[in-house]
Amino acid sequence: MGLNARTSEKIAFALLRLATLMVAGFVLFILAYIVYNGYSVISIEFLTEMPRRMMTQGGIYPAIVGTLTLILGSMVVALPMGILAAIYLNEYAGETRTTWLIEMAINNLAGTPSVVFGLFGLALFVKYFGFGPSILSASLTLSLLIIPVIIRSSQEALITVPKEYRESSLALGISKWQTIRHVVLPAAIPGIVTGSILSIGRVAGETAPILLTGAAYYLPRLPDSIYSQFMALPYHLFVLATAGTNIAQTRPLQYGTALVLLMIVLGLNLIAVLIRRHYRQKLKI
Amino acid sequence: MTEAVQNVALPQIKVENLNLWYGEKQALNNISMHIPKNSVTALIGPSGCGKSTFIRCFNRMNDLIKNCRVEGKISIEGKDIYGTGVDVVDLRKRVGMVFQKPNPFPMSIYDNIAYGPRIHGITKKDLDGVVEGALRSAAIWDETSDRLKSPALSLSGGQQQRLCIARTLAVKPEIILFDEPCSALDPISTSRIEELIINLKKDYTIVIVTHNMQQAARISDYTGFFLMGELIEFGQTRQIFQNPMEQSTEDYITGRFG
Repeated sequence: MGLNARTSEKIAFALLRLATLMVAGFVLFILAYIVYNGYSVISIEFLTEMPRRMMTQGGIYPAIVGTLTLILGSMVVALPMGILAAIYLNEYAGETRTTWLIEMAINNLAGTPSVVFGLFGLALFVKYFGFGPSILSASLTLSLLIIPVIIRSSQEALITVPKEYRESSLALGISKWQTIRHVVLPAAIPGIVTGSILSIGRVAGETAPILLTGAAYYLPRLPDSIYSQFMALPYHLFVLATAGTNIAQTRPLQYGTALVLLMIVLGLNLIAVLIRRHYRQKLKI
Repeated sequence: MTEAVQNVALPQIKVENLNLWYGEKQALNNISMHIPKNSVTALIGPSGCGKSTFIRCFNRMNDLIKNCRVEGKISIEGKDIYGTGVDVVDLRKRVGMVFQKPNPFPMSIYDNIAYGPRIHGITKKDLDGVVEGALRSAAIWDETSDRLKSPALSLSGGQQQRLCIARTLAVKPEIILFDEPCSALDPISTSRIEELIINLKKDYTIVIVTHNMQQAARISDYTGFFLMGELIEFGQTRQIFQNPMEQSTEDYITGRFG
């Protein structure tokens, strides 16, 4: 029938290339659009000052601080919990019905809409534990959101550690835990870091969960404890763009905020990439 | 000869009626064997005959395989290693293993050797000596002494394998198991490892699985021939190679199959 192998290969390649170009094109377009519209408002004042006049003037300093705090807070909770859970599931739990159920639960959690996590955080942390709308509640909620992602990627990183490393360590009369600690984990760190890169982006960008657990509409001062409410970039952006006092007037500020958010995520990703490269080099062939 | 007879009277490893199953499938069938101290024992046989499975019983590496079940007895210095109250981690300290593929850790040459002793709690000031000693015993000191901090994976395959031997020696085992240690190496590296194994016999009891008949003949004192999970014949290497008692042994070593 019809096409010979070479023609069909050409068509396939063309389609694949087109798809790739389209995806890359969209990303570049969005990036360029935000940079083009946002760069003019970026200044030292914009980055270091409080918003003024109901956010129509001034900077976004508290929102930057808020977002960085959320990233830090949720990572402090989610990284150890996620990594330890992944180690347990991969290395110790075995293949029982219970672990199968747990794995299923993790997969489903990873696909749960973030607003559901927000409501859960509102019920558990804000109300039941009485942390109130606060950095603490929001960080814990966000960490719940990313723990499944971290578990998944850590598990994948652990699986790719060659079986030979484990075997030769065990054969030296090294216990299983010592083997995991000194051989398996160091070899898995690049993969684990890659997984957390994704979660940093999510923590920085999520709006629904923090909206329900502590983000403030307008709070022109820095939080003074983990029980304070806070401003955060994605929510600030949402407010400026939909519910602000003067949406049209603050348009440049919106683009500026989006640009800063983007830069923070890219910057943190860059740091993560450097960490990963550092560890890879340590393991270097 | 008399020495060998004495050794047979005092075997270091005594295997009695060993059976092993992977799930429903029986992989080792009623194996018994006495291995004397300070000897090299070669295990030969076609792929899938159970020789690697067998050698992995001595340090209980098979414990890692799901659904693997062992019956029978293996005693080392009179103590059943499958008995109750045996500390497997401690057993593996006494029974070292070198694998088929050179598998150094992704660390420096020094750290590869220091890894075991460090975790076993050696003092820092003794560590350098242990590392040097192990590298010397494995005949790789001269090639590595000026680059101990370089990554182990920068060594050639043959060097990596000798490094792995040194890593095993650093833990000071009594018995060393070699699971086809030369199958991934070139002839020159192979002969260096063979030389090394013969030298190590002074201080260690060695069991080696090999696909290479000449290798078994060159370096071993005793040879066991495996076929389909059974130990067909076991005896002094010279006897096995010159005057095998079983037809299938003769067929295998003369290259008629396998």
